[in-house]
Amino acid sequence: MTAVQLTPQDTVERGLALAAAEGADDCVVLVAETSSTNLRWANNTLTTNGAMRGSSVTVIATVGSGEGTAAGVIGRSSVTEDTLREIVSAAIATARAAGPAEDARPLVDGTASADWALEPEETTVGVYEKFAPSLGESLKRAAAEKRRLYGFANHEVVTLYVGSSTGLRLRQALPRGYVSSTGKNDAHSAWVGTATRDFTDVDALSLDTELTRRLGWAGRTVSVDAGRHPTILPPAAVADLMTYLYWQLDGRDAFEGQTVFSKSGGGTRIGDTLSSQPVNLHSDPALAGLEAFAFAVARSSGGSSSVFDNGLTLTATDWIRGGKLEHLMTSRYTADLIDVPTATPGIENYVLSVDGATGTTDDLVAGLDNGLLLTCLWYIRVVEPQTLLLTGLTRDGVYLVENGEVTGAVNNFRFNESPVDLLARFTAAGATVPSFSREWGDYFSRTATPPLLIPDYNMSSVSQAS
Amino acid sequence: MPDIDAAFLALPRQELAAAALHRARDLGATFAEFRLERIRSESISLRDSVLESAKDDEDLGLAVRVIHDGTWGFAAGVALTVDEAVVLAEQAVNMAQVSRPINAETIELADEPVYDDVTWISSYEIDPFSVPRAEKVALLTDYSDRVLKADGVAHVSVHVATIHECKYYANSAGTSYTQQRVRIGPTITAHGVAEDRFDSMSSTAPPAGRGWEYMTGTGWNWDDELAQIPGWLAEKLAAPSVEAGTYDVVVDPSNLWLTIHESIGHATELDRALGYEANYAGTSFATLDQLGTLKYGSPVMHVTGDRTAENGLSTVGFDDEGVAGQQWDLVKDGILVGYQVDRRMAKKNEDVLGTPRSNGCAYADSSGHIPIQRMANVSLQPAADGPSTEELISRVRNGIYIVGDKSWSIDMQRYNFQFTGQRFYKITDGKLDGQLRDVAYQATTTDFWGSMEAVGGPQTYVLGGALNCGKAEPSQSGAVSHGCPSALFRGVRILNTTQEAGR
Repeated sequence: MTAVQLTPQDTVERGLALAAAEGADDCVVLVAETSSTNLRWANNTLTTNGAMRGSSVTVIATVGSGEGTAAGVIGRSSVTEDTLREIVSAAIATARAAGPAEDARPLVDGTASADWALEPEETTVGVYEKFAPSLGESLKRAAAEKRRLYGFANHEVVTLYVGSSTGLRLRQALPRGYVSSTGKNDAHSAWVGTATRDFTDVDALSLDTELTRRLGWAGRTVSVDAGRHPTILPPAAVADLMTYLYWQLDGRDAFEGQTVFSKSGGGTRIGDTLSSQPVNLHSDPALAGLEAFAFAVARSSGGSSSVFDNGLTLTATDWIRGGKLEHLMTSRYTADLIDVPTATPGIENYVLSVDGATGTTDDLVAGLDNGLLLTCLWYIRVVEPQTLLLTGLTRDGVYLVENGEVTGAVNNFRFNESPVDLLARFTAAGATVPSFSREWGDYFSRTATPPLLIPDYNMSSVSQAS
Repeated sequence: MPDIDAAFLALPRQELAAAALHRARDLGATFAEFRLERIRSESISLRDSVLESAKDDEDLGLAVRVIHDGTWGFAAGVALTVDEAVVLAEQAVNMAQVSRPINAETIELADEPVYDDVTWISSYEIDPFSVPRAEKVALLTDYSDRVLKADGVAHVSVHVATIHECKYYANSAGTSYTQQRVRIGPTITAHGVAEDRFDSMSSTAPPAGRGWEYMTGTGWNWDDELAQIPGWLAEKLAAPSVEAGTYDVVVDPSNLWLTIHESIGHATELDRALGYEANYAGTSFATLDQLGTLKYGSPVMHVTGDRTAENGLSTVGFDDEGVAGQQWDLVKDGILVGYQVDRRMAKKNEDVLGTPRSNGCAYADSSGHIPIQRMANVSLQPAADGPSTEELISRVRNGIYIVGDKSWSIDMQRYNFQFTGQRFYKITDGKLDGQLRDVAYQATTTDFWGSMEAVGGPQTYVLGGALNCGKAEPSQSGAVSHGCPSALFRGVRILNTTQEAGR
C-alpha cells in the first residue's frame, strides 16, 4: 500500500484547499478521531474486551450564495491523500446537483483554538490499571458468595477538529467513561452505574459493595399490584426519563405541531408554565465534570441542527427555568422559522434541578410512609407524542418503603408515564447530583439530576421479569 | 445478478489478512480471524417535499480477533496497511493477555467446515449507490408531493436509508470469503392536526434486503399506499377513543413482525438465555433447561430461524465466524425446540442443543466491533392452506384489527410487552367497523402466543423487519427481517393510552 494517512490538521487544510480549487464557494471539514477500550463480563468472568480506534472525516461543500446556497455532505471513516480528493469532489458534485438548502446561512466566522496543532488524544487498556484488578477481585468475591456479576466498562476519547473556509480551526478532546454493573443471586438482581472521565475515581469493589447492599434489601419479597403508587425515582431513573424529554426539545417539530411542546392551534409552548415547582433544565458545555463540545457539530441538517451552523459557539442555555419553558433547540434557520431571537442548538449535557431542594435518595426514603423505591428504568419508548407518554419497565431492583425504611424487594412493573407530567406532579425532590441513565448512559452520560418523589406513579401492569 | 464491487476487490484483502493471521499465530494465538469491511450508507430526508438532508458515509476498516491462552482478544483500526494489520494482531493478543487473569472460562469453538475463498452476494437488482442522487430525490419528492397535496395533511416527512456492505473474512483454520449485501429502509409519514390533537400515519413498507428497485415498485406497491395514507390519517384523527378492555385481535403482519422480534427473536438468543446480555438488554425466560418442553404458544405456532430467506435483512452467505447460512426450527407445534447460537455457544452447550454445529448467528455491525450472537431472520410460518386476513376477521364478533408498527417495549426477560400501531380497526360481527385511536396492547409472551387461535395462509405472509436492532456493549446495530402471516388472538388486553396518561 502506498496510501498516505493524513493528520487531522492536514486533512482539514488539504480538504479546504481542494474544495477551493475545485470551485466550492465554501467548505467545512470535520475530523473525529476516536479511541476506545472496554471490558465486558458476565457470570463472574470476562466475556469480551476490545480496543478500537476510529476516524471519520466529513466534508460539507457549499455552492451558490445566500439563501440560494446548496450543500453536499460526504463522510468517510478512513481518509488518505488520494481518497480525500475523491471525497471533496463528490461533496462538490453533490452540492451542485442539489437545490438550494432551506437552512442555508453564511458559514460561521472563523476563530482558532489554541490547541489546534495538537495530535488526537488516545486511551488504552491502561486506563483500567486500577479498575481491572479490583474488578477481578470483585468477580472472585461474588463467586465465593454465590452471587453473579455482569457488567461493562467503557472508556473513550473523541478528538474533534472543525475547519472551514471562513477560518474556523476548532479542536476539542473529550474523554468519557462509564461502568454499568448488575449483580444477581438466586432470586433477585440489583444494578449500579456511574459515569467517569478517567476511571481513577471508580472502584469495582465499592460498586460490588453497593450491589451487595441492594441485594440484601431483597431478603424479604413482597408482591405489589399494578396501580398508581407513591414512588421515589433516584437520580439514575430521573435521568432515564428526562433524557427523553431533553430529546423532544426540537424547535421545528414543536412549531409544526408534532410534540408535547406544540401549542394547541399552532406554534410552540415557549413561555408556558410546565410545572408550578421551581424546576430548571439547563445545559452548558463548560459544566465542570460534564464538559461537552463547546461548538455545534452537524453532519446533517434536521429540525434543530444545520450543517451551515458547524462551529457555532454553544453557550449556557436554560431550557426550563422556574417551571417555565424558556427555549427549544434550534439552528439559526429554525430560530428564524419559529421566530425566536437566537439559535439554541443542542448541547450534549443537561442538569435538572429544583430550587432549594436538598438531601439524597435516602432522605426521600426516610420521609416516605409507604411506597416504592426504584433503581432504574428500561426499554423506554414514546407511546403518545402529544403528551410525551412513555412506556417502559422497572428492572434490577424495585423496593418497598415502609415508615421511612426499605423493607423488602418488590416485583417489576411496566409503567406508562410522561416526564413532562412528572415535573408537574412531583411532591419532593433532593439535591441534584451527577447521574447515569441505565438506558441512555452509554450514549448520553453527561447528566445531573435530583431524586424525585412522585405521589402517583402509574405502574400499568406487573412484569414477571426478575 | 450484480457483481462484488470492483473497488472493494481491489483492496489488499488477502495481504492484510495474511499479515494479521501470521502475526497472531506467531504470538501464540490458537485461533485468529480477520475482517475487512466497507459499509457505505446513504441517508436522504425530505420535509414537506424539500430536501432536508442527504448524507453519504463510508465506514472502512479492519479487525482482528484472537483466542490466546483460552481468552478472547480483539482490536480494530482504519489504516489499510500491513503494518496496521500486524499492530492490530499484537493489540488483540495483548488484550487477551491483559484479560486472562479475569477470565474464568476457556474459550473453545465448534468445528465448522472450511470454505476456501468463496463469494456470496445478496439478492437485489439495482445498487442504490449507482442511482444518481438527483434521481432519488426527484422520486421521493414526487412521493412526498402526492401525500402533502391531500386535504388534512399538514406536513410530510420522508426518510430513506440505504446500505451497501462488503466484507472479506479469513480465519486461521483456512476459511475465507468475500460477501456483499444491500439493504434499504424507507419511511413516509404524514402529520395531521385536528382541533385538539395531532397524529401521524406512516407507510408500512418494511425495510428489505433489496436495492433501489424497491422504491420503484418491486416488492412494494407505493402507488397504492401513498394514495391511501391521507385518508387513513383523516379517519384516525376523527376516530373514537378505544374503550379499554379485553378483545379478540387480528394482527396484520405489518404489526406482528415486531412482536415476533421482541418476544421470540430476542428470547431465543442463547447468549441471553445464558446471561451474557444480563447487564444490558437482559436475559430470557426461555432458559436452556426448558429446551424441548417449554410451551411457548399454541399448537399452530411454528417459528423458524433463517439466514437464507431471500431479501431478508439478516440473510448472509456466511456469518462473522465463517459459518454458512442455515434454516432451523425455534418453536414447533408451540414448543421451544431451538436457539440462535454462535460457535462458542454451540461448543459449550452441544450436549443440550443436540448438535455440535453453530447455526451461523455471529455478526458485528462494522469492523470496529466484536462479533456477537445476532438474530437470524426469525419468522412465524403460515398455515399451508390457511385463511385470508378477511376470513380471520370474520371469526371475530367484537375485536380489533391492528395494522402497522409504532411504539414497542418489552421487559428484561421478554415476558411483559406493550405495542401500539399505525391503525386500529374496530371489528363488529366479523367486519371492519372504522378506526379507533389511543390503542395499545399489552400481554405476557407465553399468554399471548398461547392465545393464538389461527394463523393465516401463505397469501397473507409478509417479510417485515428493522434496520436498527440494538444489542450488546458496546452497542451494535443489527438489521433483521421477520416474516409472518396475519394471525388471530383471543382475549388480549387493550389499553387506552389517553387514560394511561391520566387524562
